Amino acid sequence: MALSGLEIYKHLPKSNCKECGVATCLAFAMKVASGQASLEGCPRLDEKGKTALGEAGAPPQSLISFGANGYGFEIGQETVLYRHEDKFYHPTAISVCINDSLDNAILEQRCKELSAIAFDRMGKTSVVDMLALVNASKDTARFAEAARLAAASFPRSLALLSPDPTALRAAGEAVAARRPLLWALCTGSNPEAFFKVAEDLRLPLCIEAPGFEALAGLADQARVSGLKDLVLSPGPVSSQEGCAFLTQSRRAAITKKFRSLGYPVAMMAMDEDPLRATVDACWYILKYAGIVVANLTRPEHILALAATRQDIYTNPQIPVQVPAGLHEVGDPGPDAPVLVTTNFALSYYSVESEISSARIPAYILAVDTEGTSVLTAWAAEKLTGATTAEALAKARAAEKAGHKKVIIPGLVSVLSGSIKEESGWDVIVGPREASGLVSFLKANWRS
Amino acid sequence: MKAQDTATKWAAAINEVRIGATPADGGTRRNTVTIGGAQCVPWLAYEGKTGNRPAIAVEIWDRGGETWPGALLEQYGDCVKDPAAWAKKAAEFGADLICLKLMGAHPAMGGISAREAADTVKSVLAAVDLPLIVWGCDVNERDNEVLPKCSEAAKGENCLFGTIKEKNYRTLVASCLADGHKLLAESPLDINIAKQLNVLAHDVGYPLEQLVIFPTTAALGYGFEYVYSIMERSRLAGLGGDPLLRQPTLCDVGLQAWRAKEAITAEDALPGFGPVGARGPLWEAITATNYLQAGADLLVMRHPGSIRLVKESIDRLCSVPAA
Repeated sequence: MALSGLEIYKHLPKSNCKECGVATCLAFAMKVASGQASLEGCPRLDEKGKTALGEAGAPPQSLISFGANGYGFEIGQETVLYRHEDKFYHPTAISVCINDSLDNAILEQRCKELSAIAFDRMGKTSVVDMLALVNASKDTARFAEAARLAAASFPRSLALLSPDPTALRAAGEAVAARRPLLWALCTGSNPEAFFKVAEDLRLPLCIEAPGFEALAGLADQARVSGLKDLVLSPGPVSSQEGCAFLTQSRRAAITKKFRSLGYPVAMMAMDEDPLRATVDACWYILKYAGIVVANLTRPEHILALAATRQDIYTNPQIPVQVPAGLHEVGDPGPDAPVLVTTNFALSYYSVESEISSARIPAYILAVDTEGTSVLTAWAAEKLTGATTAEALAKARAAEKAGHKKVIIPGLVSVLSGSIKEESGWDVIVGPREASGLVSFLKANWRS
Repeated sequence: MKAQDTATKWAAAINEVRIGATPADGGTRRNTVTIGGAQCVPWLAYEGKTGNRPAIAVEIWDRGGETWPGALLEQYGDCVKDPAAWAKKAAEFGADLICLKLMGAHPAMGGISAREAADTVKSVLAAVDLPLIVWGCDVNERDNEVLPKCSEAAKGENCLFGTIKEKNYRTLVASCLADGHKLLAESPLDINIAKQLNVLAHDVGYPLEQLVIFPTTAALGYGFEYVYSIMERSRLAGLGGDPLLRQPTLCDVGLQAWRAKEAITAEDALPGFGPVGARGPLWEAITATNYLQAGADLLVMRHPGSIRLVKESIDRLCSVPAA
C-alpha cells in the first residue's frame, strides 16, 4: 500500500518549482514517502496524478493545526512508534481544563494564571499551550460568553468541549478568529450535527467514542461527510486503557496504514488527585498523545508534563548542543570566574542554571566536544588540555576576564596539568557536580 | 480492522528473576520478590502477559546519609546514621526490597574494611526480613575487596549484588556463584556493552537467567529520554528473542532525581516553578513512573511520598487488563 519515493515521483510534474517548499520534486516525493509531507503540498499535481496516487500519498497520520495570531500549534504527522527509529516530530500540546460554570472573575483569574506559567529549562521555554474550556454549565449562552472571556485572557490555543452541538457552534462562532479546536464530547449521540458545526465554522474537530473500533467507525463517517481535520479521543478511560489505545491507534496508522485512525489523539488526565493526573498525563505524553488535557492547576505538576515532553521530543539523532565558546552569565565583569564545561546542552545548562539561580556573574567556557558530556568527552579525548587551551585562546578569555584562573569540573581533575601546560592558565579543580558549584565558588573564589 | 490486529506476537518473554530466600529456601526472608516475566511491550496486556509487578527497592547507605538533601533527611531523621534503623524505616515506607549501598567503602567516605561492610550487611539482614540488594561504592579495587566478604556474609539469602562492569566482573561473579546471589550488570548507556557484559559473565559460568541489567539512569529532564530509548530498544530486542537482552531492568531513580535542580532548588531561585517541598518527591515519582513505560522492572527509590505515588501507579497499571 505504501509507495516508494520513486513511485510517487513518477506522478509529480518534475518541474522543481519549489512551491511545495522543497528544493526538488524528487526530494518532495521522498518526504511524502516517509510520511513527512502530504501530496496536497504540491500545487501542480494534476488530477490524473492525484487519482493514481490516491490515499497512498497521504501521510499515515494527518497534521492538524489550530490556534491563531502567532500562537498556532501543530500536532500529528508522526512517522514512528519509537523515537530511536527516527524522532517524534510534533510535541504534545499541554492543555489545562477549566469549567465554564466558574464565576467570571474566577475564570478570568484562572486563565491569567495559566497564561503566566512558563518554565525556562535547558534553553527552552515551556508553557501551557492550550486552554480547554468545558461546557459544564450545559448552557449555550454561558459557554459562548465564557469562551470570549477565556480568549481575552489566555493568548494561546483554545479547545471548546461540549456534548451539545448547539453550544459548540455558539462558542466556536464567538472565538472563531482564534481557530479553536472543537471537541464533541460523546460525538456518537449526534454525529452529523457535530460534523456540520465543524464544517460550517471550518474548524478542526475532536471526535470522541469509546475504543478502537467505535472511533474508527466515527472517523470514517466524519471523513465521508467531508471533514479532514480530525483529532481522536477515546473519552474517559483509565490510564492503562488510554495508553493501550494510544499504541493501538498509532500502530494501526503507522505500521498498518489504517487510514481510519490516521489522526492525532487527544487524551484527558482528569483524575481528581492531581498527583495521579500528573502521572497519567506524563504517560500519555510518552506514549504518543497529540494533546493532553489535564485537570491541573499547580505549576509544579505542569512542570513535570513540560519536562517529560521536552525530553521525549528531543531529536535522538542530534545531541543537544549550545554554541561552543565563552558564554557570559549575569553580566560578568573582570575578575568573574571562568568555568569550563562542554557544549553538550545538559552539561552546559547544569552549570548555567546553578550560577544564574545563585546570581553569580561568571563566564562559562563551553569547549566544543561535539555535544558530548564532560566524562564522555574526556574519554574520547575531545576535552583535553589542548582543546581547552584552544577554546580559551579563541574566546580571548584572558582579555575579557582580566585574569588567568580557570575552574575545571572535578570529574576531569586529571586534566589540570595538561591544561596549565597548554594554556598557561592556573587551574582550579572545581566540584564533581554542578550542584556543588555555588558553595564551591563562595568558599574558593575571590574576585 | 480491530484493536487486536495491531498486537505483536513476540518470540520470547523477559526472564523472571527471584530475589530473596525464605526459610524454606534456606534463607531468613519473610518473602521473595520476583521481577520480569513480561511477554509484551510495557503494559500492553492485549498482546501478552505484562509479567510480574515492578518492585520498589528503598535505598539506604551504610555511611554518608547525612549528605542527602534536606527533604529526605526530614523523612528519615537520625536513622541515616544507622543502617539497621534506616532499613526498618525504609520497610515502613513500603519497600519491597532494601537497597544497601556501601558508600563507606569509598576512599573518600572512610574506606571501611571488608569486615565492617560485611557486619553492616548482617545487621541489615537482621533488622528487616525483606530481600536485599547490596551495591558497591563504584571504586573497583574497593568493591573487589569488600563485596566478596559481604556476599559470604549473606550466603543463602539470594541477594542481588552489584555492580559488575565490563572491566570489572570476575571477582563478584565468582562470589555470587559461590554464595548463591543474583547479579546486577552495569552498562552505561550502551546496549552493546550490556550484551557484551552478559556474555562475559556467562563465559565465567554465571547463568544469563540470573542477571539484571542496569543501563544506568538519568533523571527526568537530565537525559531521561536517552536512557528511555535504550531501555525500549533493549526490551524490543529481548522480546524479539535475543537471549542477551532478555534480562529484567533496574533503574536507580532516587539518586538521580534528587540531584535535579527541579527537585532541590527553592522557589525563590526558580520563580514560578512551585514549592520545592512538592517538586522534590514529584520529580522522583515521575522519573520512576515514566521509566515504567520503557520496561523498568525494579526501581530504587528514596522519598516515602514518591514511593507511595509510584506504588499506587503500579497498582493502576496492574489492575485490569486492557480490552
